[in-house]
Amino acid sequence: MNCGKCKTKAVISLPRHNAAFCKSCFTTFVHEQVARAIKSFKMFTPEDRILVAVSGGKDSLALWHILLKLGYRADALYVNLGIGSYSEESHRKVRHYADNVAAAHGAKLIVHVVEQEAGAGIRELATILHRPTCSTCGTIKRYQFNRAAVEQDYNVMATGHNLDDEAARLLGNVLHWQDEYLDKQSPTLPASVEGFAKKVKPLCRLSEREIAAYAVVNRIDYIVEECPMAKGSKMILYKEVLNRLETESPGTKQRFYWGFLEKQTKPEPATESMAEKDQRTLHPCQSCGQPTTAETCSYCKMMAKAKTATPR
Amino acid sequence: MLVHLSHPQRQVEIKGPKRTKELLRELNLVIEAHLVIRGDELVTEDEMLADADQIEIRPVISGGR
Ligand code: SF4
Ligand SMILES: [Zn+2]
Ligand SMILES: [Zn+2]
Repeated sequence: MNCGKCKTKAVISLPRHNAAFCKSCFTTFVHEQVARAIKSFKMFTPEDRILVAVSGGKDSLALWHILLKLGYRADALYVNLGIGSYSEESHRKVRHYADNVAAAHGAKLIVHVVEQEAGAGIRELATILHRPTCSTCGTIKRYQFNRAAVEQDYNVMATGHNLDDEAARLLGNVLHWQDEYLDKQSPTLPASVEGFAKKVKPLCRLSEREIAAYAVVNRIDYIVEECPMAKGSKMILYKEVLNRLETESPGTKQRFYWGFLEKQTKPEPATESMAEKDQRTLHPCQSCGQPTTAETCSYCKMMAKAKTATPR
Repeated sequence: MLVHLSHPQRQVEIKGPKRTKELLRELNLVIEAHLVIRGDELVTEDEMLADADQIEIRPVISGGR
């Protein structure tokens, strides 16, 4: 398989875009997708000060990398959750990236260690508070992210949410008709309160596989191991289901999520009820009297054709 | 060929030569959720993998919440 652009050997094929790319054309493709998302959802400009939430995983490190490569002013915040070897390893990966790549772009890393402020790691806190670990974690991460942004004057907060994350979240929200959460799925959320930063998801046009491939191709050393608390999560199940659909018909995830965003931005035209529409368009069939939109109904047409056709 | 897998970390020996696509199918893995890396280079689904190759199949799905 060869690159569709420069005809050298391809390293990845993207069925949903009907394309295959070599390393350098793929990197260009990813940068273009992110640039498009930034522009079409009016996320930020080169003057803005961006704070990226990094976890040490592929999405957030790739996001930081891409923003720096595109010339944006982006620093990062890492929250050390105190989850044993997972936190140690992810902290090391983030530190390594910050020192070896980000520093050369003039970008800095801010670190918050949960244990230092709360006196315990996230799992112990969840036990003490009788709350699920992931919701305790979510509250702490959101709080620290907001706090760092406000205290250090960042006006944009960026997260590494990708197409798979958003499509899986949308599926979950739709399955349970959680309408109130649907509004929060936009890739750009304005500051909720004056003085706070707005929230953006610049990777919303890229799949998880594309982002992981970008990290491999660009030698970004990220933590492949998962947070042990993620095991058996509903999100993973939704993603697996969507990936099976995607394999059968490429483009499913993107049509699902982007289609939703489009519906959200365009106001619905005044709708006619189904009964009104039926009464306007249906009338009796010329030959049998059943309702149809044509002169003769499709059943009568079919029968007439069957009778005139020459028998075999 | 020696194939490294994650979640959990393990290694399996698979007979080559074999195309990437067939290797994934044999291990019952979905392409959309994995990357196949030979040495430290990414390979496409139609690439022929040899017995002597060092292969990593890396999952790309992450969860949480
Ligand atoms: S899986 Fe749960 S505990 Fe782990 S990082 Fe995600 S939200 Fe936090
Ligand atoms: Zn190319
Ligand atoms: Zn009829």
